[in-house]
Amino acid sequence: MDTLLQQLINGITLGAVYALVALGYTMVYGIIGLINFAHGEVVMIGTMVAFTVIVSLAGSAMAPLMILGIGVAVSVVVCMVLGWALERVAYRPLRHAPRLTPLITAIGMSIVLQNVAMIIWGRNYITFPPMIGKHIYEFGGASFTNVQIAIVTLAALMMLGLIYLVHRTRIGMAMRATAQNQHVAALMGVDIDRVIAMAFIIGSALGAVAGCMVGSYYEIAHYQMGFMLGLKAFTAAVLGGIGNLAGAMAGGLLLGVIEALGAGYIGDLTGDFLGSHYQDIFAFIVLIIVLMFRPSGLFGERTGDRA
Amino acid sequence: MKGQFRRSVAGQRPWLGVLLLTAVLLLVPFVAGLGGQAWVRIANFAILYVFLALGLNIVVGYAGLLDLGYVAFYAVGAYTYALLASPHFGIHLPFWVILPLGAGLACMFGVLLGAPTLKLRGDYLAIVTLGFGEIVRIFMNNLNAPVNITNGAQGITLIDPIRIGDFSFSQSGTIFGITLSGPQKYYFLLVVLALLVIVVNVRLQNSRIGRSWQAIREDEVAAKACGINTRNIKLLAFAMGASFGGIAGGVFAAMQGFVSPESFSLMESITILSMVVLGGMGHIPGVILGAVLLTGLPEVLRYGIEPLQRAVFGRMIVDPESLRMLVFGLALVLVMRFRPAGLWPSSQRLRELAETAD
Amino acid sequence: MNHVRMPGVVVVLAASLAIVGCGKKEEPKAAAPAPAPAAAAPAAKPEVVVKIGHVAPLTGPIAHLGKDNENGARLAVDDANAKKVEIDGKVIKFELLGEDDQADPKTGTVVAQKLVDAKVAGVVGHLNSGTTIPASAIYNQAGVPQISPSATNPKYTQQGFNTTFRVMANDIQQGSVVGTYAVKDMGAKKVAIIDDRTAYGQGLADEVEKAAKAAGATVVAREFTNDKATDFKAILTKIKAKNPDVIFLGGMDAVGGPMLKQMRELGIKAKFTTGDGGCTPELVKLAGAASEGVICTQAGLPVDKLPNGQKFVEDFTKKYGQIQIYSPYSYDAVMVLVDSMKRANSTDPVKYLPEVGKTSYDGVTGKIEFDEKGDIKNGAITVFEIKDGKLATLKTEGGTASAK
Repeated sequence: MDTLLQQLINGITLGAVYALVALGYTMVYGIIGLINFAHGEVVMIGTMVAFTVIVSLAGSAMAPLMILGIGVAVSVVVCMVLGWALERVAYRPLRHAPRLTPLITAIGMSIVLQNVAMIIWGRNYITFPPMIGKHIYEFGGASFTNVQIAIVTLAALMMLGLIYLVHRTRIGMAMRATAQNQHVAALMGVDIDRVIAMAFIIGSALGAVAGCMVGSYYEIAHYQMGFMLGLKAFTAAVLGGIGNLAGAMAGGLLLGVIEALGAGYIGDLTGDFLGSHYQDIFAFIVLIIVLMFRPSGLFGERTGDRA
Repeated sequence: MKGQFRRSVAGQRPWLGVLLLTAVLLLVPFVAGLGGQAWVRIANFAILYVFLALGLNIVVGYAGLLDLGYVAFYAVGAYTYALLASPHFGIHLPFWVILPLGAGLACMFGVLLGAPTLKLRGDYLAIVTLGFGEIVRIFMNNLNAPVNITNGAQGITLIDPIRIGDFSFSQSGTIFGITLSGPQKYYFLLVVLALLVIVVNVRLQNSRIGRSWQAIREDEVAAKACGINTRNIKLLAFAMGASFGGIAGGVFAAMQGFVSPESFSLMESITILSMVVLGGMGHIPGVILGAVLLTGLPEVLRYGIEPLQRAVFGRMIVDPESLRMLVFGLALVLVMRFRPAGLWPSSQRLRELAETAD
Repeated sequence: MNHVRMPGVVVVLAASLAIVGCGKKEEPKAAAPAPAPAAAAPAAKPEVVVKIGHVAPLTGPIAHLGKDNENGARLAVDDANAKKVEIDGKVIKFELLGEDDQADPKTGTVVAQKLVDAKVAGVVGHLNSGTTIPASAIYNQAGVPQISPSATNPKYTQQGFNTTFRVMANDIQQGSVVGTYAVKDMGAKKVAIIDDRTAYGQGLADEVEKAAKAAGATVVAREFTNDKATDFKAILTKIKAKNPDVIFLGGMDAVGGPMLKQMRELGIKAKFTTGDGGCTPELVKLAGAASEGVICTQAGLPVDKLPNGQKFVEDFTKKYGQIQIYSPYSYDAVMVLVDSMKRANSTDPVKYLPEVGKTSYDGVTGKIEFDEKGDIKNGAITVFEIKDGKLATLKTEGGTASAK
């Protein structure tokens, strides 16, 4: 029983990490229906920038939490600029291009960002300095740390914040209008370019925060870390219904829990015929089954006629 | 469309073009061979990718189904060949048995993938096909226990080359008084196969099936209303695309003499898709161009980036390997930025684009 | 309309591609005097350039290991040049052609061909078994000796080629030492085994499993992850429930580091063991305090116990920084090639290839001798324990040279 509880805790933390990244995908997708494939790389840059700032400040007299705060702040700003630049350079000129065109520029951008990061931060794995002293808590035979609590809380807060932003503020209203119909929104006086740029900036800021959390949780960073993370987060976003903020959260958590339980129990379920090496298969099969019955994801709208 | 096609073939002097093309295709391995056999190998991979890209073009370009797991079929073909022509199981079947078998098996997988995803659109389809590609790769990577089928991550070695009687494609040899290296022989085999897939593509494009695919791509509901059996037609697209992938896989296994799951990663699917889109989706010459360019570019950069850096900065600033992929990524972005419909889109597609981008 | 121009454009493109290809290729040939060893120009102390190829992934997820290998080989070439090696009356200037195979088997064959075209005298590489094996066929056809510093797949040398060598102990040799050590010396009764599903991790873990079982322990869990993963809590939780005495990881330090930390977070008390992929200072860096007490093995003798080993560590660290894993082996691989050329008194692969097989060389990783397949003979395996953030030698198994 305590094993199951521990697996659930593992899964929820992992899921919250996915959700944090997935929110960035969904934010952009919800508004212009574009998969920002380079988002994983934005997260990676976020981690790397925070790492550089934290390491260079680590010797100073500031409190560790303060240093972490500055690191996050700088990385958020850098990523916002990066997100804005991405949109400006790679996506805006292609807004009326065939659907797959921005997908290829996104792939191109992620190759560029990876190699830039490799030139700046080198090829080696980097130890992300732990700024928060880790406390291990025990509960019913299962253990978890304060960093895990922080990640889950933060993911929930960010989702709520975004929902507030989208549904209760002026810019949010403009975003929703743009998502519905760009032309009509423009006629109503919405500055489409600005709204879309905002979506990218916000999404990238979220990516930066996610990157910092991923960095402090696993305490490791590498210039290729964005790819797998982005892929899983993208899967999570689709699972929840891409474009839907609550869906990204739900999809992330679900994917995380499926992976943990899959790795933990798939062997017992199949009499050790399939082991934890089939963990990802398990996740993808659940995804396929969900999409067979709900072709637009768990929370997605049923209209999704975007082919 | 059809009228246009006729005009272009029959109207102007088509013989000149065909003759020139034949001459060039014949000369490429020898010209490239002057620069070293490595260039012949690069040309071979370029043609292999032409083959793959044209297969994917059926699914993505014609039927408009975004497939991010195309490499799965390539893997099925490669492993079929590897298992049936290597000491792994001690089976050594000739290639003319295995290649069709691999194509058939890949075709089956295509239907297997197509069936549950018929209802999905756009990005949802993309993620499911991506998952499918990963599932196949993970199985290849892990099926070494409890029964050793694929030998897991260690891969299968000593795969037989393609052989016709005593004529082996992997060794150099002399025919008609011309000495051909192993790669050069494979080149001609690949060209023949590629011409085959091009003919099939051209014929399909203007057939009833091809038009049904286009109808589905443009508007599935309307296509259905016109009496097109969208289910079967979509499955057919997956099956046909997959078969080509299977054949390409078989040739790849024979050429390499070794297969392991790392050759069939997601990145490979993405690369093939990039070729299709970069060249010009749905347009055969465009797709060919895309495949040749994307295979050639990183290799040209491999040779060129060092002298280039020296010429521009006078010394080496960053290590050439980091810069090579960087330039490759930038090229992808820039091409799409300035040629959104691809480098060489069909004229029809261009017109559509001009209409929508008011 | 558009169709008419089609053949023309294709022709121009194909032609230009071919021309670009040729033009680019011509350069190095013109720049470096052909190293054709047959050229016996009797000038006074003529200098001859001999090219040695090196291949490893320099981009992609394991680029850090690839660069490490290349740096090792580069240092060897510099050292050999500093010694002004004379072969057949000529001073040899070695030149390293470093190539990137992206850990991709397809690219591996292209660069292998490129090196053969460039008439390299020998090749050190590749890093991964997956690129080493398909490339070995090309080197074999060209008769170029290939020494891999890191490919551990036993199949590499079992293909019946006379050109394939490795200076790294293969999985079987290393796995049996770790497995036996865990049971006999550490007293483990229950062993859990994790591998990263790469050719390296899988091969090593299988051998450890066999050895541990043979020594009388039970394998209570066999779990898997992948080489790009960072979250191992799910499999670790499962392992915790089985309560093993020892956990073995077949994988690299980038996996081992976070895994150790997560083990501690989950309160797993079992001892952690791993092979050479995780037996690095990098593991200490990545796992921090959690790496204390880790038992791991490296192929060869402990580098710091050998006279030339110490010098290597100093030189390498000064020039390139921290050693990752395999740079000492790629250093040795280059030196073995140079040594064979000296003994054959020729840089022609045809002439010196037989000498490679007869190598008996004291390298920075120990004595290097090859068996008839080209595997390192009686390769020593050293067991280390991480103490105070340093790798401390526990014992050495096998090997002929005196370690202490």
